[in-house]
Amino acid sequence: MSPKTLYDKIWDAHVAHEAEDGTCLLYIDRHLVHEVTSPQAFEGLRMAGRRVHAPDKTIAVPDHNVPTTEGRENPDQMPEDSRIQVAALDSNAKEFGIHYYPVSDVRQGIVHIVGPEQGWTLPGMTVVCGDSHTATHGAFGALAHGIGTSEVEHVLATQTLIQSKSKNMKVEITGKLQPGVTAKDITLAIIGETGTAGGTGYVIEYCGEAIRSLSMEGRMTVCNMAIEGGARAGLIAPDETTFEYVKGRPHAPKGAQWEAALNWWKTLYSDDDAHWDKVITLRAEDIAPVVTWGTSPEDVLPITATVPAPEDFKGGKVEAARRSLEYMGLKPGTPLSEIEIDTVFIGSCTNGRIEDLRAAAQILKGKKIKDGMRAMVVPGSGLVRAQAEEEGLADIFKEAGFEWRLAGCSMCLAMNPDQLAPGERCAATSNRNFEGRQGRGGRTHLLSPAMAAAAALTGKLTDVRELM
Amino acid sequence: MDKFEKLTGVAAPMPLVNIDTDMIIPKQFLKTIKRSGLGVNLFDEMRYDDKGNEIPDFVLNQPKYRQAEILIAGDNFGCGSSREHAPWALKDFGVKCVVSTSFADIFFNNCFKNGILPIVQPQEVVDALMADAEKGENARMTIDLEAQEITTSDGEVYPFEVDSFRKHCLINGLDDIGLTLEKAPSIEAFEAKAAQERPWV
Ligand code: SF4
Repeated sequence: MSPKTLYDKIWDAHVAHEAEDGTCLLYIDRHLVHEVTSPQAFEGLRMAGRRVHAPDKTIAVPDHNVPTTEGRENPDQMPEDSRIQVAALDSNAKEFGIHYYPVSDVRQGIVHIVGPEQGWTLPGMTVVCGDSHTATHGAFGALAHGIGTSEVEHVLATQTLIQSKSKNMKVEITGKLQPGVTAKDITLAIIGETGTAGGTGYVIEYCGEAIRSLSMEGRMTVCNMAIEGGARAGLIAPDETTFEYVKGRPHAPKGAQWEAALNWWKTLYSDDDAHWDKVITLRAEDIAPVVTWGTSPEDVLPITATVPAPEDFKGGKVEAARRSLEYMGLKPGTPLSEIEIDTVFIGSCTNGRIEDLRAAAQILKGKKIKDGMRAMVVPGSGLVRAQAEEEGLADIFKEAGFEWRLAGCSMCLAMNPDQLAPGERCAATSNRNFEGRQGRGGRTHLLSPAMAAAAALTGKLTDVRELM
Repeated sequence: MDKFEKLTGVAAPMPLVNIDTDMIIPKQFLKTIKRSGLGVNLFDEMRYDDKGNEIPDFVLNQPKYRQAEILIAGDNFGCGSSREHAPWALKDFGVKCVVSTSFADIFFNNCFKNGILPIVQPQEVVDALMADAEKGENARMTIDLEAQEITTSDGEVYPFEVDSFRKHCLINGLDDIGLTLEKAPSIEAFEAKAAQERPWV
């Protein structure tokens, strides 16, 4: 047999049909659904008189525009249009008989946090969702990617996706991370290196000692932002860390099935002599805590750097950088650590897991945030929230002056009432710093949870290593 | 789906790189449960000021580009979220074809599902098309999908590549789901085999 990459192996195990021109029908093991990108798909099914092909493989949860304040089961808390979307998901879940976690359920949360937490996401699976950050699930050695609403409808109706194969790219992070440097810094540093289009046409496999040493939470953070690097998906070969995390989850296999699954999962790695179309190697020792300065996730610099000038770039990026700097209200040459912020957001499918909250709480313990700072923690799921309360993290956040919210996407994309006002500047643990992403005219700096906590204390973008 | 055969129309130049889906259709317009009606909000934050008045400089607000059916765009067009609202908004506005040096993957797929043809061209060709588009409404460009050719207003012809299955679907206005359901026996056979090999799924 010819050597294969992990991606090749998962792909080959899921081709249900191959046409002469190489276009494949890829079988989908898990289909995750949320309220924003699904109503038109269910409507399409109804209009064509079609049913959901595999309701037991379809899992729905509202997350994008649910409020994250207490009392939200009361629909009056939501604006009309949000209420309609959430109500549509409620009734579609019922009508088509799919698994569903409503806002009143403690297991509700961001779809990419709920899937792994409940054991829906397993190694070797194909996972799709009408959401670009589906890449998150790649952390389990699953082939996971975002799809559009027409494809959501296609998967609902057929449990397959029309796909042609991507190319293989290996991103290796050698060595050990320095103190204060996290999975978020790795993933941002990679995008800084490759650019937001660097992964276009590829599925990335992350490997190397620094990746192997990450917890599942950290691996999910890395894979989450594969999409910001333009890749169709990012994945990490499963290992003991993965199996340990999966074991005992509500929907993970049990007993003899667990053993059978484990046997197969252990074959899921890239063969030594597999072919890579592109290889990138970074040294973990060279990665510093980073922040973004502009309005593209590729606008990444170490916190010790200064704001660049448009002339530092080439081609179309010169104009884009000029526009970014104007939007961000920044002057070239300003040290990044002098940029004052007024809002801190800790949460999202990138950094809304328990380990993220622990990292932030560790910096905040016994301290108070800067006067006048608006700071919020939005746990990624109801279960993350409950665990953080049990571990005493919630108290640390509250005593420091943070708002302690209910689970949802919240200020990651500001579809719910959590938004920035024009000109407000936010240190955010989410994944996108696009113009208007966190509210019209709002300015976003992406960073790790520990860096966000440090910024909340000092009121400026801050090198977390100075507070450790 | 509408059939896409041959299109002759005005092309609007948008040289900015990394035009993301948040720019194409900001999130406040994602709360619809329909596919139509998003055209007025296409590029909303670039197109209108805080009071909702048109910003005259923005390309699609200029009289010569109001009827644009083709966009010539900077690199990495459509990056960002998976929202299909982006092609829905383009379509509703009347855009049927976008040409760039590269597209984000999900956006690229979404275009085909909605009768929009995304065309990848090398930088020199995009530069030439951009220059042609700069000439305004009299410079009509022709996109011939059957022949796989772009013809500029002064008769320059540039061939382009397109996946044959997608071309077939666009030209015939075919619905993917119907086509896939014809392969139901293959899907069922796969499911039966997978149930043996990976019963825990
Ligand atoms: S947290 Fe943000 S990036 Fe993640 S699914 Fe929600 S909106 Fe998308």
